[in-house]
Amino acid sequence: MFNRDRWKEILEVLTSNWFRTVLTAFGVFWGISILIILLSAGKGLENGIKQDFGDIATNTMFMWTRSTTKAYQGLPMGRRFNFKTEDVQSIRDKVPNLRYVSPRNQLGGFRGGNNVVRGLNAGAYNVYGDYPEIINQDPMTVTSGRFINYNDINEKRKVAIIGNGVKNDLYDKDEEVLGTYIKIQGVNFLVVGTYKKKSNNGDGEEGQKEIYVPFSAFSQAFNRGNNVGWMAITAHDGSSISALKESIINVMKTKHKIHPEDQRAVGYFDLYEQYNRVESLFGALKAVAYLVGIMVLLSGIIGVSNIMLIVIKERTKEIGIRRALGEDPWSIKKQILMESIFLTIISGMAGIIFGALFIYAVNALLDSVGPVDMFMNPSVSLGVVVIALIILIVSGLLAGFIPAQSAIKVRPIDALRTD
Amino acid sequence: MIEIKDLHKSYKMGSNSLHVLKGINFSVEEGELVAIMGSSGSGKSTLLNILGMLDNSDSGEYILDGVPIKNLNETKAAQYRNKFLGFVFQSFNLINYKSALENVALPLYYQKVGRKERLEKSLKYLDQVGLKEWAEHLPSELSGGQKQRVAIARAMAAEPKVLLADEPTGALDSKTSYEVMDLIQKINDQGNTILIVTHEPDIADMCKRIVHLKDGVIIEDKKIKQVRAEQYV
Repeated sequence: MFNRDRWKEILEVLTSNWFRTVLTAFGVFWGISILIILLSAGKGLENGIKQDFGDIATNTMFMWTRSTTKAYQGLPMGRRFNFKTEDVQSIRDKVPNLRYVSPRNQLGGFRGGNNVVRGLNAGAYNVYGDYPEIINQDPMTVTSGRFINYNDINEKRKVAIIGNGVKNDLYDKDEEVLGTYIKIQGVNFLVVGTYKKKSNNGDGEEGQKEIYVPFSAFSQAFNRGNNVGWMAITAHDGSSISALKESIINVMKTKHKIHPEDQRAVGYFDLYEQYNRVESLFGALKAVAYLVGIMVLLSGIIGVSNIMLIVIKERTKEIGIRRALGEDPWSIKKQILMESIFLTIISGMAGIIFGALFIYAVNALLDSVGPVDMFMNPSVSLGVVVIALIILIVSGLLAGFIPAQSAIKVRPIDALRTD
Repeated sequence: MIEIKDLHKSYKMGSNSLHVLKGINFSVEEGELVAIMGSSGSGKSTLLNILGMLDNSDSGEYILDGVPIKNLNETKAAQYRNKFLGFVFQSFNLINYKSALENVALPLYYQKVGRKERLEKSLKYLDQVGLKEWAEHLPSELSGGQKQRVAIARAMAAEPKVLLADEPTGALDSKTSYEVMDLIQKINDQGNTILIVTHEPDIADMCKRIVHLKDGVIIEDKKIKQVRAEQYV
């Protein structure tokens, strides 16, 4: 393989007709560039969409109550019920592999009226009663002060962590935020921290206009007793929440005396399922990119094969001489295969480099014009490059195979006779 | 060295077949210099091709240096050609993008001789044919006689048992022809067995034995007194 004479000969043959070699190489070059660019465009789209999921823990479901639709154990249908704080412990006890079970309560919401006042300023915000774990399920960056902790929960402290959007609405530009009070539905809360969130659901603005207070203080201040509005449940990385959600809901059904076949009493949203749906969409997109890229590459490979056949035809006499001098037919075959693999790999490498430069240019352009909706940071991984190289080697072999076969099929005597 | 018994060969040309060799019996001792003569179509080239394992016979026996040559696959035939035979062609058949030295080194390369040793040996053979200074030249930069001398050096480089020459002087003028024949005679003087196919009587006279072929059979096989080519050079 690493034989100096053989390589010398490969180079001699390929450089003897530069123009033809370059034209042939262009087919493979183009095919692999298209493959790389398509794959990276797919990746860019994927990055853009996944960006919209933000940092939210994707192995998560949300669960809330609705009214029952079936009568059960003497209780009528259409009955309303609430999750209770004890339910959290029951779920933790009965369902394994759960990482976080966070009960939540909420004030305000879509098109709610002003519910928060500070001095002369007022605004309508979502106010959440939460446990400290929520920061792991719906990640945010604490920009000053601190987040809720268990002392707040245990002592029912009336403290609040406000979003940067809230801060901009209620405070002057250089005003100190920490240690001031805001009035949420008439109850004063001490501001102990501010946060910033990456956008989720494509709605960056809304995410910054939220206020987090301890769950216990929320319940007390706004008279929720031990009711729970809804729950955010995250599974451990190894197991999927989609598989666990059935048993979680069943625990709730038993506890709240709901007919086991009542499908509507417990509402839920399975983020993981949605996420997987998006994942499989991108899987399909990737498959299409591979298909198209390989098809384009195929025409390039056919070109290489074609040229190799012509080269063989031109060299028929030479091959005859070599065989008369005693060259092993295998050696001739190997020579032709290596020429074709060498040609495909070199042009393929150039194609990969061109594709990479193209992506680099697109990235630079995207950086300079600012973020584009649903498209971000197109890129190819090293894995893709390795796959592309493997495709190239295999296709070089394929391209050389037929010509090599035809080269040794000609008997030396016939080869010598052609002039 | 070479033993042939009742060799037959026919070519299929469409529906009818052409019987080219009709039972050739013939043997060559070591160190002989044999001319195979005959008009075109007499079967002399076919005979040489079969001797050179470039073609297969239909029936008959061929024993080369004690080895029966029969039912060879291509790999085996290539090995035998490399080990036993050296070829010289009418049209030289040098590989035109390789230098004279590289051309001579080819059979050694197929014998998997190391690069350094190969080039040393090739240079020695080029020197023997008087072309040491032309080692790095491409065939296109050589004259016809020089090309044929390179071809002879190439044929000798693998130190074959038999040298087969198919009209070695066919493409050369008479002066260069004699130079080439002089070279062939000198190689023969060193004890090498050589077979030459030719239709030129003066070339045949420079051999030690003439075999006449006509219509696929040997009509004459005689030893002659060799005419040395030196005197014409």
